[in-house]
Amino acid sequence: MRIEFKTLLAGLLLVFAIQFSAQAQSFDSAAEGLLAKSYKDKIQAVEIIAATGDARSAPLLEALLAGDLFTRKSDKLLVIGNKASGGYDIVNALTGEALGSVKKREVRKIRINNKMRGLIKGLLGGLTLLNDDPNLRLKAADAVFKSRPAEMRTPIEQALATETDPTVTKALERTLAALKLTHAQSSEEQLAAVEMLEGMADPQVKSLLSAEGRKLQAIKDPTDAELQLALAVDAALAKIDEKLAFLNIIENIFQGVSLGSVLLLAAIGLAITFGVMGVINMAHGEMVMIGAYTTYMVQQLFLNFAPDMMNFSLLVAIPAAFLVSGACGIGIERSIIRFLYGRPLETLLATWGLSLILQQFVRTIFGPTNKEVSSPDWLSGTWEVTGGLALTYNRIGIILFAAAVLILLMLVLRKTAFGLQMRAVTQNRQMAASMGIRTGWVDAMTFGLGSGVAGMAGVALSQIDNVSPNLGQAYIIDSFMVVVFGGVGNLWGTLVGALSLGITNKFLEPYTGAVLAKILVLVVIILFIQKRPRGLFALKGRAVEN
Amino acid sequence: MDLMKNTQQGPFLSLMTGLPGGGKTFLGILLAAALLVPVLNIFVPESSSLHVPTYLVSLFGKYLCFALLALSVDLIWGYCGILSLGHGAFFALGGYAMGMYLMRQIGDRGVYGNPELPDFMVFLNWTELPWYWYGFDMFPFALLMVVLVPGILAFVFGWFAFRARVTGVYLSIITQAMTYALLLAFFRNDMGFGGNNGLTDFKDILGFDLQADGTRLGLFVASILALALGYLISSFITQSKLGRVLIAIRDAESRTRFSGYRVEYYKLFVFVVSAVLAGIAGALYVPQVGIINPSEFSPANSIEVVIWVAVGGRGTLWGAVLGAVLVNWGKSYFTGAFPDAWLYLLGGLFVFTTLFLPKGIVGTSGIWIEKFKNLRQSDPPLAPRSPVVKED
Amino acid sequence: MTSQPVSAPADFPSILYLDGVSVSFDGFKALNNLSFFIEPGEMRAIIGPNGAGKTTMMDVITGKTRPDEGMVFFKNEIDLTKHDEAFIANLGIGRKFQKPTVFESQSVFHNLELSLKEDKSVMKTLFAALNDAQLARIMEVLKIIRLEEKATWLAGELSHGQKQWLEIGMLLMQDPDLLLVDEPVAGMTDAETEQTADLLREISSTHSVVVVEHDMEFVRALNTKVTVLHEGSVLAEGSLDTVQNNQRVIDVYLGR
Repeated sequence: MRIEFKTLLAGLLLVFAIQFSAQAQSFDSAAEGLLAKSYKDKIQAVEIIAATGDARSAPLLEALLAGDLFTRKSDKLLVIGNKASGGYDIVNALTGEALGSVKKREVRKIRINNKMRGLIKGLLGGLTLLNDDPNLRLKAADAVFKSRPAEMRTPIEQALATETDPTVTKALERTLAALKLTHAQSSEEQLAAVEMLEGMADPQVKSLLSAEGRKLQAIKDPTDAELQLALAVDAALAKIDEKLAFLNIIENIFQGVSLGSVLLLAAIGLAITFGVMGVINMAHGEMVMIGAYTTYMVQQLFLNFAPDMMNFSLLVAIPAAFLVSGACGIGIERSIIRFLYGRPLETLLATWGLSLILQQFVRTIFGPTNKEVSSPDWLSGTWEVTGGLALTYNRIGIILFAAAVLILLMLVLRKTAFGLQMRAVTQNRQMAASMGIRTGWVDAMTFGLGSGVAGMAGVALSQIDNVSPNLGQAYIIDSFMVVVFGGVGNLWGTLVGALSLGITNKFLEPYTGAVLAKILVLVVIILFIQKRPRGLFALKGRAVEN
Repeated sequence: MDLMKNTQQGPFLSLMTGLPGGGKTFLGILLAAALLVPVLNIFVPESSSLHVPTYLVSLFGKYLCFALLALSVDLIWGYCGILSLGHGAFFALGGYAMGMYLMRQIGDRGVYGNPELPDFMVFLNWTELPWYWYGFDMFPFALLMVVLVPGILAFVFGWFAFRARVTGVYLSIITQAMTYALLLAFFRNDMGFGGNNGLTDFKDILGFDLQADGTRLGLFVASILALALGYLISSFITQSKLGRVLIAIRDAESRTRFSGYRVEYYKLFVFVVSAVLAGIAGALYVPQVGIINPSEFSPANSIEVVIWVAVGGRGTLWGAVLGAVLVNWGKSYFTGAFPDAWLYLLGGLFVFTTLFLPKGIVGTSGIWIEKFKNLRQSDPPLAPRSPVVKED
Repeated sequence: MTSQPVSAPADFPSILYLDGVSVSFDGFKALNNLSFFIEPGEMRAIIGPNGAGKTTMMDVITGKTRPDEGMVFFKNEIDLTKHDEAFIANLGIGRKFQKPTVFESQSVFHNLELSLKEDKSVMKTLFAALNDAQLARIMEVLKIIRLEEKATWLAGELSHGQKQWLEIGMLLMQDPDLLLVDEPVAGMTDAETEQTADLLREISSTHSVVVVEHDMEFVRALNTKVTVLHEGSVLAEGSLDTVQNNQRVIDVYLGR
């Protein structure tokens, strides 16, 4: 027995040793397998590479996925190539030894097909499941969810056991449930998986479940268990659809509010000038455009003088755009509009002429092509609320910005002396003048304020639209619609007008397409104005007439 | 009193006997051009400096269409105070009606050789002509549509807008929205009007080759006649009591209502007449330029028409015509010679006219002439201080 | 503040009868359950401090403003609140604005011509020509308003007082059964005021007239029944002397 025990122990050790070297060996040989011609062999090789758990497998597979894995024609050596002038700098794929640079035709790329691509992504996912970066872990979990290789089940379970980040945990649970469903060991387990997935409504889970449902329906003589599973899948799908429809509404509202915020920003300055001075400023769109170009200029300055501070350029652009557009507005008011008071139609024509001049001016200076304004890091990316709902940060930023501008304007109008004077002039110009208010000054400042706000709208638009000389034209008619719809009585009207236009547009779009939605909204407003010729929040009474 | 006689005659007689001085000269110039231009084009040898080349004939034909459009805008803006920023829509609709006729005339000479369907429909894999294209192979039907489509749209739009008493800049803005909505709609391929590219590649009209000199002359003369007719109709309206009601509406809408006039019907009437004139202008324009596409609906186009009228002098019918010809002649010249400068000039024209020439060339020169006369006559005349009946 | 009880049954002959009319603008009650009536052929002066609702009342009668509540009867049968300005004007109610409103860029003659009582449909107007009777009527009114010499002048060239007269002349052309006249002597010289009073008295011999006025001297010159409005309701009614001695009226005018 002793001997036997010793032998056993030695045997075990031997097995371990062999196993260990076999692992190293199998990694090397599996890597060799990548040189095979048939994709079937390559797939096998990839699976083995991943299964070895070798530290080199992840970079190797990544290189393969990225198309950076080559074989050197002279000696069939696996190399990873980085593009360099005239060819590649290559390193040995297994040892990492640098091998200098080669010409393009000295190496041959290891080709992969779509099936392999999916597999590699899944396997790579498994390999990075334990990475330190939670973002990478999340990506890995999602990658595995998409490819669902059966052998990833154990790694996922292990990762789940140690995972602390709640987002990643959720993703891992989803992946595990998907794996359980597709590579089930028992029908109970499948049922449980369906139940788990039911709670995680997102489009990917939906397509997974409906694929599974189709598979189950295709079975000719289903067993009781299969029938039960099919029912469960159907029920889960119904529930997910319900939840997705709800999320869809939320998404539409978000999109609508976001569009509404853009419209609000573009229209609010118009509402001020129109409301206070009865002046329709057709060059308002150009004030927005000038704001956007100011943003571009500020960014260029940062790029040249303080490239490290690029993230702050947008914050600097906001006051800059306000000042530049505001100054333009005051200039326009003093040089043209003040001579046209009481002649609203003439003002409309003169400002239209001005808008042509400003567009052409900007075109002459900056050229007719689009200028790129980049987003700072803190406005890039998306916020994944739940599986089916992702909101982009720049849209969220615009909503918050519009809200801030609105609140600030309301404070200016309600709490400052200037606001008081402005309201006095709106309600009764002559009386205000006889009370000693310099109506001319108030007009100029009001126009400047309206134009400045338009400039800030330009900053926001530079984040979501092309900065070109025609930028303003794209928004001017919509802005008018907002003002006409909301009425010029107060800023709430503008807010309600902008939001209802934005949301209506976004809700119509899925059914009618963007263009038809826009047409419908225009027609509805043209009809609406019959009912309320002066908008939703119009001032009433005798004073308004004439 | 001369003045009362005029009023007592009613509009027909007063139009015959009392066409305002400028108007007679204007009609004379039009008729002379209608006779002279063909003669100079056909019978004067090309070497002569008096020869009018065909491209000029077409160019002036185009100006005449714009002049008719300007006239239609002047009728509502100058006389009734309705500033439409969407009159290009009626022009374009008339143009599309004519374009559809011209498309059907192509027959099987298109690229795809389909005798029924225009090329763009074949390209979109359509197999049948849409119902609203029926009848456009017949010229009289197309002419009817040239008048009816803009007229009906104007009637429906005006019915809603005027009854709700939408006035001033609000009205201007929704007319702009109207043409913008149409612009978006006509850009869509599935509307069946050729989408982005519109209608083009026309071959002939009433069997005459559109490229032939004779056809171009014919279209030119037709444009002159249309403009003359449009002028006579507009004069008739503005000389009548209805014309005075329109001016009353422009100056004091409430007072007019309290005097017992249904202001909305009057506005509707003149708006529809104006839209029909614009539609006819569009219909004559399309065969002369050989294309109609959605850009004709763009709000910028409609606003440009307004400046033609403003430059010439609103409220003076032939001033609108003058403005249209002058501005477009300038546009042809500058977009050729200094393309970058044109938008500055056009924009500057808007600003300059509204600030310094609010009555336009005709109105302002009228004031100067009056002043000059007064200077010469040393003592100012008594009662009729200004020629009251002669609004024109 | 309750309005004076009005005892005007429907069978009582009246040219104008307001019954419980209320109008509010954004919460502000311009008219508050206003009721009163005018007998056929009567001339009535309506006075009241600023904001008493005089002009709003005119707006309601002429169809410019729709009341929130209440009815306005013309000649006991037609509810004016259901009709628009043009219909009411053609029915026989003429209105003169507070600020003289004439067609400034047209001649005095044409101003009167436009106000002629005749079919005002679009097509009739397009082909309209003056007949001799109409021409005679215009000349007659020109004489009444003392503007014969200025028939060919543009209305915009007239003095303020002449514009007021022209507007009254335009009302006469309409030949209404009821004239509503809003502050006819505002901005007039004393002589003009006197002439205007004569003119209105002359008119009232053949028409029912409602005059809204601030000028007490002028109201006295009219020598007629007075209704005092306050905060959208009737405060007092009677001859000018009675009204002026009414304690509530004194309170309101002197600000208590």
